[in-house]
Amino acid sequence: MAETHSLQDLRQQPAVAAKVFLQRDYTHGTMCQFQTKFPSELETRIDKQQFEETVRTLNNLYTEAEKLGSQSLIEGCLACLTAYTVFLCMETHYEKVLKKIAKFIQEQNDKIYAPRGLLLTDPIERGLRVYEAGSQTFQLVTTKSRVPETLYLD
Amino acid sequence: MKNCEYQQIDPQALPTQTPPPPPLQEEKEEEEEEGGEKREEPRRPRRKWEVFPGKNRFYCDGRIIVARQGGVLPLTLGLILVTCGLFFVFDCPFLVKHLTSCIPFIGGGLFVFVVITLLQTSFTDPGILPRATPDEAAEIEKQIDTTGNSSYRPPPRTKEVVINQQVVKLKYCFTCKMFRPPRTSHCSLCDNCVERFDHHCPWVGNCVGKRNYRFFYTFIVSLSFLTAFIFGCVTTHLSLRAQGGKGLVFALQESPGSAVELVICFFSVWSILGLSGFHTYLVASNLTTNEDIKGSWSGKGGEDVTNPYSHKNIFINCCAVLCGPMPPSLIDRRGFLPSDESVQTASVDIELPTQATKSEINVTEED
Repeated sequence: MAETHSLQDLRQQPAVAAKVFLQRDYTHGTMCQFQTKFPSELETRIDKQQFEETVRTLNNLYTEAEKLGSQSLIEGCLACLTAYTVFLCMETHYEKVLKKIAKFIQEQNDKIYAPRGLLLTDPIERGLRVYEAGSQTFQLVTTKSRVPETLYLD
Repeated sequence: MKNCEYQQIDPQALPTQTPPPPPLQEEKEEEEEEGGEKREEPRRPRRKWEVFPGKNRFYCDGRIIVARQGGVLPLTLGLILVTCGLFFVFDCPFLVKHLTSCIPFIGGGLFVFVVITLLQTSFTDPGILPRATPDEAAEIEKQIDTTGNSSYRPPPRTKEVVINQQVVKLKYCFTCKMFRPPRTSHCSLCDNCVERFDHHCPWVGNCVGKRNYRFFYTFIVSLSFLTAFIFGCVTTHLSLRAQGGKGLVFALQESPGSAVELVICFFSVWSILGLSGFHTYLVASNLTTNEDIKGSWSGKGGEDVTNPYSHKNIFINCCAVLCGPMPPSLIDRRGFLPSDESVQTASVDIELPTQATKSEINVTEED
């Protein structure tokens, strides 16, 4: 009976997908890097090495985007001389790398994560605050916590 | 303070200023109609800027963003336009004749530079951090509240991280429902967390943060040059006119516009030059006005603190702040709202009852 009751509750609540959030790693400053610590909730779903490899590649891509290299310096100086109007017509180095990152995440989702019922969300959609891995499947878990952990299609 | 009030994170609450939605069936309708006029019209896709929770105003369909309080931006623009207008009308003809014809070109170039950088500072997203989604906020709360206690108490307000061997405290923002990244501060005027928050400048009518600091710096530096240039030209003009024993009063009578310019430039050149100098120091040491005022890294109280963000080299600091890569806007003003949550929940609504019914049947049978 208790089970029926909670299932009926489901109809009235928009359910929440199970999500795991990887926070930012600030040990080297404000550069965009994510913690590579493997979340315990994903232990049964994905190989640890695989996941850490994904995060490491992502971190490398963000390092490339924010690198103070010659390209960004030239871009910056040119922009300064033209009163930054070049930003209106040119795609910046950062934006180009962000597109690369989006493609990389899509590839990872298609090849590795979607077959295991997981979905990685591009951090740019969460303001580069967190790196989100969510579940795609239905599963009912009843708990007494404040946060209902019932899942629904993300 | 209102912002410090602790509220239960409701994962079902929409991240907007609308009140938490009632049960699912009504939620769909409520989301669709805002103001009631759209009830009968076909639903047009809405952009994210239309539901932005901060105190900002948007123009040109989300391309331009300003703080809700315009501050004195019109005054700033007005002063610049008036001074330069008077300069071109009253001083340039005389100086071109008696000195060199380069003067209007230099003045014109500086003027264009100043106006463009001013508008860019005012209309660019300073580095606003989007507020945490309900899921994220709930996750943070869950992590903080590890005792499993069902009674509410405010989450701890700070979290410590080590950045380049320096301990930095991250504060929890009750409005944005997240721990602020380092160097981020919440602007109460704009009601947003801004990355690398420098200050809220009323003269430009916007916050100065990570994304528009370089525009702001270029603006004040070029404005100092412009002000100093006009001041110099006006002084030269008046002194040339006053030659031959005619006197300053005579010169001022012949060119009244110059008097106005003189007053404006005289009073603004010191403050603008001072501000440029101050910000040059900040750029060279990779500090923000906010950090400098609070003395975050000045080693107060005998502690051995250094700025963990500085590259320890003036040239590299300058390059990093002014010529570094331009970070993207994180708030995606012109993006469309996600293919409606109402549509998704509708499909879930359809699927779940059948599952529930089946399970109900199973349960009853088992019972």
